[in-house]
Amino acid sequence: MYRNLTIRQKQIVWAWAFLAIPILFYSVIRFYPTGNAILISFQDWNLLGDRTWTGFDNYQKLFGDPVFWKVFKNTFVYLLIGTPLSLIISFVIAYHLDQVRFMHGFLRMLYFLPFMTSAVAMAWVWRWFYQPVPVGLFNNALAGIGIPQFPFLQSTTWALPSVLAPAVWAGLGFQVIIFMAGLRAIPRSYYEAARIDGVSWWTVLWEITLPLLKPTIVFIVVFSSIGFLRIFDHVFNMTTNNPGGPLNSTKPLVLMIYETAFSAFDMGYAAAQTVVLFLVLLVVSLIQLRILRDS
Amino acid sequence: MSFFNVKALAVATATSAAALFSTAAHAVEIEYWQYFFDARVQAMETLIGNFQEANPDITVKMTHFPYADYRTKVAAAIPAGEGPDVVQLFYGWLNDYVAADLIQPLPADVFPASKIDEEFFPMVQAMKDGDAYWALPTAVRSLALFYNERLLEEAGVEPPTTMDEMIAAAKAMTKRDGAGNLTQVGMTAGMTAQDHHWWREGLIRQFGGEPYVDDYQTVNYNSDAGLEALNFYASLFSGDDAVSAIGFMDEPQAAFKAGRAGMHIDGSFRIGSLNNTRGLKWGVTELPATADGTRSNYSSYWVNAITTKAEGEKYDAAVKFMEYVTSDEAMQVWLDVVGELPAKPSVGLTDANSNDPVFGPFIKGLAYANTTKFANESGQRQLMVEMVERMTLQGMSAEESLAIAAEAEQKILDEYYNSASN
Repeated sequence: MYRNLTIRQKQIVWAWAFLAIPILFYSVIRFYPTGNAILISFQDWNLLGDRTWTGFDNYQKLFGDPVFWKVFKNTFVYLLIGTPLSLIISFVIAYHLDQVRFMHGFLRMLYFLPFMTSAVAMAWVWRWFYQPVPVGLFNNALAGIGIPQFPFLQSTTWALPSVLAPAVWAGLGFQVIIFMAGLRAIPRSYYEAARIDGVSWWTVLWEITLPLLKPTIVFIVVFSSIGFLRIFDHVFNMTTNNPGGPLNSTKPLVLMIYETAFSAFDMGYAAAQTVVLFLVLLVVSLIQLRILRDS
Repeated sequence: MSFFNVKALAVATATSAAALFSTAAHAVEIEYWQYFFDARVQAMETLIGNFQEANPDITVKMTHFPYADYRTKVAAAIPAGEGPDVVQLFYGWLNDYVAADLIQPLPADVFPASKIDEEFFPMVQAMKDGDAYWALPTAVRSLALFYNERLLEEAGVEPPTTMDEMIAAAKAMTKRDGAGNLTQVGMTAGMTAQDHHWWREGLIRQFGGEPYVDDYQTVNYNSDAGLEALNFYASLFSGDDAVSAIGFMDEPQAAFKAGRAGMHIDGSFRIGSLNNTRGLKWGVTELPATADGTRSNYSSYWVNAITTKAEGEKYDAAVKFMEYVTSDEAMQVWLDVVGELPAKPSVGLTDANSNDPVFGPFIKGLAYANTTKFANESGQRQLMVEMVERMTLQGMSAEESLAIAAEAEQKILDEYYNSASN
């Protein structure tokens, strides 16, 4: 039968034969669990007993839960502060690093190093930095020059920025590298033409560099947004004794899902939260792609 | 090699193989699961060694997991016919395990309820259903007050026996720098550690209250006693003369280990890690009593149970193993290796054990201990943490914060018992 096919048809058969492996992988590892999670979100299940059908109960409970709305807000605060901040800092660093020749490789390595460090180790080190006197580095320094202690992780206002800072720092290295690659890809001739025309530095940046960096910016924005929406390891490790505390002020959605599933063993409720997170990620990514797409 | 030698060798091989197979046919292997905690694994290895020596036809294979994965793995393995024949679980999980059909009752002829009622500490009766016990502990845990001997000596105070003495001792050991920052606390505080147990089953009862009623299904601490207990607890870390601070040196046990805290309330399971702390000279005494001598303590325990997977000869072997791990001998091994207290007064309250300077205070505490039946221990602990945070971070009054905590905890209990009864 195979012999009777045209060359074109044979090519298609082979393409599907090769595609079958990733398709199988995705259906078993990705799509089946995703579908199952959506199913569980309509059920009551404590991981040990039978699953019972409860309709929209989990979603009703979710939308009436003040902790969920607090956590929902926190997740967006991580996103709305984290993404623009890391974007601006990494662009500024990349822009200047691109023009530095002296010890260029070494400097680039220094910026990239935090990205390679384990998030858990980094979170613990920062957790110790933030401690009150007598152990915390920052507070000891403040106390040493006679300034009152600052309640980094022990304040409902400052805990979230304190957790976010190392998370932004950790992601910088990667974004700097991507930005530098983007900058190198802009043809030199545009800059030479601009210089001949005597255009100002600002105009070069605004009219040449940034527009041509757009694909790079889209990539970084989408990538880092998804990262901040899914933030977990920094928060969990910096607040393990009181996860997401104090008073849920640092708790992101993923941490709430983790706690609902693996300390309260309320799998249905956790699955409902997961479905909400999935929809948020989907909507945010679609909006960003649409806004930042080349018009 | 001659022909005869080859033949002899073949015969020898065949007989030894036959011998191997015949022992294999008689040997039963059962599997035992517990979560990973170094001392517990060591103690269980000793127990398994002793048990196998006494029962050469049974081998016990121990598997352990990190605590975080434990429940998930048990739940996935047993229904699939894979996991353990004998399993260790926290007393608070019993209802879930029974409802999910993961464990079976212990046989009444080997473990008669009347005998167990008589021999074990009374809190173990929470494992009983009618005439049968579902599970039994090897060891139980209780709380006591650890103190740093050097700091007590330096401040010139004695180990306290009452709450007033404890506060006085804590004040004497508290140190501040020029700016008023705490550099050494008189005692540790933090609901994230064991303090929530001390508050629930210790302080509230000592102030004349009862934390829960209806077999722990109804919250009852939103009362005068509860409020007094909360005010007493909050006085440790509020005001200018605070003897403690929440979050001092990250966590209470770290501050105590580092020698920066005079006193620390913790469970008997902490003994091992304190013994391994170089340069720390510590002692331990019973939890402080009220002025009129009222004492109260919290105890908890892990139990072993036979799973529904164990059948036939594996079941018989599992029963034998359960008998051994709940024997007097096993309890003494567990005390010596892990530092957890024997579950039977006959072993625990021997003169040697109850006068032991380290184990004594914990064992005495068992006599007046209560065991909270949790629906979701970490969730319920979190409410205590937040109750204190609302007071320290948001300036809320104790009355209001207590009422919010009581209401939230009742909600957790209602959800748990309503869905369990479905």
